[in-house]
Order: sequence, then C-alpha cells, then structure tokens
Amino acid sequence: MTVLLKKEPKPTRKSFGEILEKIGHTHPEVVVLDADLGGSTNVTKFAKTFPDRFFEMGIQEANMTGVAAGLALAGKTVFMASFACFITGRYDIIRLSVGYNDANVRIVGTHAGIATGPDGTSQMGLEDISIMRVIPGMAVVQPADDIETKKLIEYSLEHVGPMYIRLTRHAVDCVHTDDYRFEFGKVDVLREGSDVALIGSGGTVGTSLDAAEILANRGISAKVVNLHTINPIDVDGLVRVAKSVDRIVVCEDHSIIGGVAGAVAETLSEHYPTRIHRIGIPGVFGESGEPAELYRHFGLDGESIAAKVATFLEK
Amino acid sequence: MNKNREELVEIARDVRVKVIEMLTRAGSGHPGSSFSEVEILVHLFYNILRRTKENARSPFRDRFVLSKGHGVPTLYAIFAQLGIIEEKQLDTLRVLGSPLQGHPSRVHIPEVEASTGSLGQGLSIAQGMALAGKMADENSRFRVYCMIGDGESQEGQIWEAAMSAPKFGLDNLIAITDWNKCQIEGKVADVMPVEPLADKWRAFGWHTIVLPNGHDFGQIQAAFDEAMGVTGKPTMILAHTIKGKGVSFMEGDVGWHGIAPNAEQAKRALDEIENGEVK
Repeated sequence: MTVLLKKEPKPTRKSFGEILEKIGHTHPEVVVLDADLGGSTNVTKFAKTFPDRFFEMGIQEANMTGVAAGLALAGKTVFMASFACFITGRYDIIRLSVGYNDANVRIVGTHAGIATGPDGTSQMGLEDISIMRVIPGMAVVQPADDIETKKLIEYSLEHVGPMYIRLTRHAVDCVHTDDYRFEFGKVDVLREGSDVALIGSGGTVGTSLDAAEILANRGISAKVVNLHTINPIDVDGLVRVAKSVDRIVVCEDHSIIGGVAGAVAETLSEHYPTRIHRIGIPGVFGESGEPAELYRHFGLDGESIAAKVATFLEK
Repeated sequence: MNKNREELVEIARDVRVKVIEMLTRAGSGHPGSSFSEVEILVHLFYNILRRTKENARSPFRDRFVLSKGHGVPTLYAIFAQLGIIEEKQLDTLRVLGSPLQGHPSRVHIPEVEASTGSLGQGLSIAQGMALAGKMADENSRFRVYCMIGDGESQEGQIWEAAMSAPKFGLDNLIAITDWNKCQIEGKVADVMPVEPLADKWRAFGWHTIVLPNGHDFGQIQAAFDEAMGVTGKPTMILAHTIKGKGVSFMEGDVGWHGIAPNAEQAKRALDEIENGEVK
C-alpha cells in the first residue's frame, strides 16, 4: 500500500500516446483514428510509425465513430481519440454503431474534466462518464496516472467489447509503482484508513491522497480508493470499502450528477447504504482558468477536499 | 452459378410474399420501404455476394450493410430463402424473444453485418469495413455494399461519409440509394429536398451511376458491372425505385411507409404479388 511519488507528473493523454505506439509494434491488428486533434490526444507518435494503420478522419466525429465500428466488425482493434466532450457528444452513433454492434472500439476521450483549463467549457468533458456508462456493455475506465494508463491500454487489447477511456490534459502525480497490477473492474485501495474513504478517479486520485495526508495530521484516518473502472462497477469491492469506514466522500473531475459518485451511490444504496458526500462539478458548466486554480475553485485540490471531509464528518 | 432473370423474378416474388406474411403477422413494420429495395437486394445476394449459409461468416466475405434498417423484412426473407435463418423464424418477426428484431441487430443475427436503424450510420460502418478490406492481403480483399435511403440522405453523417470515402480511394465500397422519393411524413421533396442527388455525389468525388429503374434486373446488373470496374474511388448507384413496389395500393403512397396490412389488405396484396409482374 505504500505510495511512491517518485515520477514526474504527466498528463495521462501523453502516457496514452507513448503506449499506443509501443503496442503498435506487437499488435498489427491495432488501428488508430483521429479527428484533427492528434497533437492534443497524442496519437501522432503512432501515426508517424504506422502510417498505414492510422486514419485521419478530419473534423467528423460522427463518421469517425461509425468507421471505427466498421473496422472493428471486420476484425481490427480500433482506438479512436478526440476530446472527451466532442467524442461522447456523438452519442447516438456510439450507442448504436459501437454499442449495439458490440464493436471492439476503444473510445479515448482526452481533455476530461474542469482541468482542461483555459479553453473553457466547450472543450471540457464534464458529463461524459454519466452518458457513457448507461450504454449496455460499455466499459468506462479512467486511469489515475502514467503507470496505470499504460497498463490499462495493454489490458484493453484483451478486452472484448467497447470501452470508453477517459484521460487528462493536465499532468497528474504518479500514484503507483512500476510493479502495479491493473485489475479491470476492481477497486484499487491506495491507502488504508478507518474514518472515511475518499474515492477518486483519474485526476482526483492524486488530490485525494494529498487530502488523506492533510487529514492524517488532523487525526482523521482516511482510506483512499482509486475507482479506475466505473463500469462495470466493483460491487463487492465497494461494499468492503463501505464496511471499513463510517462515511464516504467521492471526488471527481466531472459533474456530480451521474458520474463516479452516481455510480458509487447507486451501488451502495442498494447493497450497503452509507452516507456519501459528493465533491465535483455541481451541475454547472465549467469556465476558463488554470487547472490548479480550477481544482481549487471547485474544491478538488487536497486542501479543499480535506476541509470538506472534516466538515462532513462533523455533520 | 448466377440466377437468370426469370429465376430472380420468382425469387423476388417469393420475397414479397414472405414480407407481406411477416408484417401481417407482426402487425407492424415497413412494407413500402421493404418493397422498394427487393430487386436490388435479390440481385445483390444471389448474383454478387453469392451468399450461402456457409460463406456468410467467412472473414473475407463481401459484406452488405443495410443502413436503412427499417427495410429489414426483405433481408430476413432472403436470409430464410438462403437458409441463414430458418423459414419458420419469419413467423417471429418483432415478437419478444425472437432474433428477428424490428430493425437489424448484429447481436441477434450476426449475418446482418451491422446493427442499424438510427438513420445515417450504416454508410460510415460500411466505410470502416471497406478500409479493413483494403488492408487485407491481396487474396483476401473484400468489397462492401451499403444501401441507404433518399430520405436518410438528409442526415449530416451521410455527407461526412460521402466526403471521407473518396479520400481513402475506397473502390471496394459500393453504395446504393434506394431512391423511392418518400419518407414517413411525406414526399422527400416536401419534407426536406435532397436533390440534386447525382450532382452532390459526383461533387463529393464518387463515381455516380443513375439507375433509371431499380426494379429491372437487367439495369441492376449493368449498374453493378459498371461499379465493379471503377478504380480509385467509391461508387454510388442512385436507383430510382417505387415505394411499395409490387402492390398497387401501396405503390408511391407514403401512408404505407410504416404500417402493416390488415388481413383483407394482405389477401389483396398477396393476390397481386402472386399473379402480377413487377416491371
């Protein structure tokens, strides 16, 4: 359970670009589709090494999604990437062409969350988890750091069925060690604690760990859970977490409606009712700003989470 | 062995009979849109794909995607003729628990190739398959056929696909527009005009063939022959068809887009189909 923060912070989209090129060498069935944002989603490295397996689809996310489904139905393992909001905005195409065809498409949405930063709301994926996890059979995963992103992408080669992978624009701390084993569909407990469990996903895993450290100094024992797989959710794992603490706080860089907190609340209210507090984007559109500044503004940095948890535990 | 014209006419007649029987039993469905596409699909499955139960899942088979998914009863009738599904399964169209869903579902019947039914999506899926076909080894390359509707051509995604397929030089992609001029709410020309269709597809870089009569097997064959010879670009066959073709009281009537005949109408329809000739 010891967490080593040795590595430099890195955007998970960058880790994705690195591992994508690497698996290209060993997996000839992998093809990649881009919608004119390759420099930002980091698929350009794959494009340079494997030009015959890379398709620039232009600013056509709907068509790209359908083409991805067709390639997958003809036997390819397809990664298609764009900003989370643009790609999941073509919802009906994802639902039918990918979902209802059970196509092996890996839909990679980068620029997830408020930490997308200065570009503002129109570029931010703030509702994507919510709308993707209701598609039957759609795996929804969000890695927390460089190591987990790479292990997750390697795992995705074996996964059967469609998958939505949510990545950050901003650099996130590394919370895992090199020997970390990614287990799809399982909660990843990063720190033990008995008063409260902080459940983070993606960019908020690191800040939840920061919060736990601050809380420890105030005499509050906080468990930290990395919920990388939001769908299918780990029912047994979440119940175990709930049983080991008094209360749960979910921290997510996403709308508090229907996202990680929604999935946790649905699960626990049915299997082990537990008081839950949600920290995230409170049903509003985002705004421009620097990522760290926005995390503070929306209460997602370590200090803000710790303060909120302390108040919640007093209620 | 290719079927000759007389054989194809009889096969098409049997398809129409099966469709009327299916829809009457189901009590819902789309007779008009199923009948406008009959001759083209019959020709395609028998003389081009030469589809059999055995080759229907071969990885390097030529593929057909029915983008206008509401026309699926015709596809099911042909599948039953070819033994891909059992003839008695036709009785279960739209019945709870049946694989014969109201619109094509690849999850239920893999041979439909793609789940469709939300219009505008099939041409992109076909394009992805065609890209994979181009990437295959020389001996394993395959063609992909896709039928869209003229009403469906109002969807923006159709024109995204129209723009991108020529970029990749997909001469193994042959699309057909079932140009029956009708949609649910009325005539395509009134609801949302799509003309000039031929100019549009040519301008987007497709080899474009206008088929004057999409119910004439000779003309259908000529159009596909021409399409097969095209290199470096995809082909669009714009096939003039008649909604509800083969049943006089359904022909060209938008009212028959999405309702099933009652028992009396079914009897009249079957009588016409069995004794008449589609030209």
